[in-house]
Amino acid sequence: MAQGPAVDEATVELLPVAVPRGGPRNGAPPVPRVVTDDPAKADIWFNRITLASGGTVLALLAMVGVFLFLRSRTALAESGLLSFLTRVTWRTDVHPARIGVLGMLTGTVLVAIVAMLIAVPLGVIAALFITEYSSLRTRRYLTAMVDLLAAIPSLLFGIWGFLYLSGQVVPLSAWLSRHLGWIPIFATAPNARLTGSIFIAGIVVSLMTLPIVASVVREVFAQVPPGEKEAALALGSTRWGMIRTVVLPFGQGGIIGGTMLGLGRALGETIAVALLLPQVPELSARILQNGGATVSGFIARRAGSDSFTTSGLMAAGLILFLLTLITNMMASVVVARSRSGAGVEL
Amino acid sequence: MSTATQVRQPRHPVDRTPDDFVVLFASAASSVALTWLIFTRFTDGVGWFGFLVVAYALFLVTFYLVTFERLGPLVALDRLVSTLVLSGAVVLLVPLVLLVSYVFGRGLHALRPGFLIHDQRGITPIQPATAGGGSHAVVGTFEQVGLALVWALPLGLITAVFLNESRSRWRRLVRIIVDAMSGIPSVVAGLFIFAVLILPLARKSTIFGFNGLMASLALALIMLPTITQTVTVVLRLVADGLREAGLALGASKARMVWSIVLPTARTGITTAVVLGIARAVGETAPLLFTAFGYDLMNANPASGAQESLPLFVFRNIQKPDISAVDRGFAGALLLLIIVLSLFVVARIIGGDRSRRTKRLARIRAVLSPRGAHP
Repeated sequence: MAQGPAVDEATVELLPVAVPRGGPRNGAPPVPRVVTDDPAKADIWFNRITLASGGTVLALLAMVGVFLFLRSRTALAESGLLSFLTRVTWRTDVHPARIGVLGMLTGTVLVAIVAMLIAVPLGVIAALFITEYSSLRTRRYLTAMVDLLAAIPSLLFGIWGFLYLSGQVVPLSAWLSRHLGWIPIFATAPNARLTGSIFIAGIVVSLMTLPIVASVVREVFAQVPPGEKEAALALGSTRWGMIRTVVLPFGQGGIIGGTMLGLGRALGETIAVALLLPQVPELSARILQNGGATVSGFIARRAGSDSFTTSGLMAAGLILFLLTLITNMMASVVVARSRSGAGVEL
Repeated sequence: MSTATQVRQPRHPVDRTPDDFVVLFASAASSVALTWLIFTRFTDGVGWFGFLVVAYALFLVTFYLVTFERLGPLVALDRLVSTLVLSGAVVLLVPLVLLVSYVFGRGLHALRPGFLIHDQRGITPIQPATAGGGSHAVVGTFEQVGLALVWALPLGLITAVFLNESRSRWRRLVRIIVDAMSGIPSVVAGLFIFAVLILPLARKSTIFGFNGLMASLALALIMLPTITQTVTVVLRLVADGLREAGLALGASKARMVWSIVLPTARTGITTAVVLGIARAVGETAPLLFTAFGYDLMNANPASGAQESLPLFVFRNIQKPDISAVDRGFAGALLLLIIVLSLFVVARIIGGDRSRRTKRLARIRAVLSPRGAHP
């Protein structure tokens, strides 16, 4: 050892395992180490500890579902499971309380639909630009920008949307309702306020789901085999022809998976929607006018209420939890099953 | 006519001639003019947002038709898509720039050094936005996020090792669970801690009341999947040769992971920590059910309601008086600065290939046969 190279940290860490147990003995022949296939004691503990931590994660997720269910029983018992799912209003001042989640679910789904209608085309376009059109340097910057958009807290999107964007979108809403009001979703009540609408909330949420969609789709597009792209170009196709025939079909699974992943986020988006919407549950598809509630936003608004309301919120939270869980799991499966998504991180 | 002139020049759809730029600008100009005509002469205005949308749609149509006329359908479609894709990427950046500049613009004049020193003691609505501050919120955020990291980092790290280094049958399931967990709404995480700990146990001890500790547990639940996923990706980048070398030298798997895999992935793990912090630091919804928010300094995370930066912003922004809103924006600006600097730090650590390769080279030098030593 003495004549060896300077011993640094890594060497000290690594070398002892290479020396036979007990070290070389002077004179006596070295005792050969017994070689077995059994895991060493350290490995047994290694396996136990890692398995335990994996199990903890599993248990945590299960506990979320179980405890939300346990705490929601008071509310579900008073209102009944079926009517909880089908009732629009939320009234705890009458007895028995008339609470239901349908009004919020409508809002949640509408906001998510508006958000995805904006975020998916934009996300796919951004991913296309990053992988197929931009130079290497621009690609690095743009990828960083997409990640940055994902890193900005939802709260900041919320206050920006609430105090700035909302005012900019209102004239567009007004024009849409005046001239396209004959389409049911663009209809508004006469003299309705146009701020705090599902349309505006959807636009803000779309900005938050955009980076998720864009990054999943980008990763999938980046895995398109170059040979197939070159083949398309060699056969005389334009760049768009190449994208249409090679990149988009290859990335189909990723686009669907990214959409669903973004949908999961859009459904669960909380604080921005809590600021943007009045959070009054209603069954209405008039997305341009003030009104609407989402499950998550409603829960956030009612934080710190009495115990019965809280129990109802737990029930609403449970439904939201299941909804997002199913959406996300389906997204994982779709991406993993597709040809392109095998190595993609969600 | 000779045959030579009949042969058409080969087309290069990607090449742009000066004519193309003329067409581009002419289409843009004519579509803007047409939109202006529509909204001022024929119908009423739509605001700049709507104007932009309509003008852009008209521009695409004009551009396509003109190129179709000049160069045929194939090139026209290709150019149309190129323009669309390019402007799509620009649209991606516009909200980012607008948001950041808006928060800076509104928050800058209210953010004074005093913001980091004072809390909201004795602040009344008539006082200016620069009076008082958010020190209590900053302290709360640091404590909550720091504690959350203490809970989430070991669990996330070991789970990532489990997913990547073990040969367990349960890996697939745990992996799906971690992915699913990253999608649970943050408000549900707060609701969960509220249901499990605060609701049944708050009467017995203040540790389980509304306080920073409970907030840190909820935040840990949000951080956990971020850390696990990022570390998993980083561990996968560690070369298998290094692992095999360790095992071939007789190391146990535990020793191999501890002495080879984790040190090699050290920078990546740091990135994961930074990303986890960035994810948790801006979360508001789970804190509504756990930390609850408080106007005065409470440095003890284990007892009593505590403020945090996002809660401070959320509560102030909704108050009716303008100075409170401005104070909220000062907090928002501070939050944005924290997130931006965390983001930059993560980029620098994650992108620092030179250090990583140097370390790899050192390990490789140690593992290589004697003669190869420098």
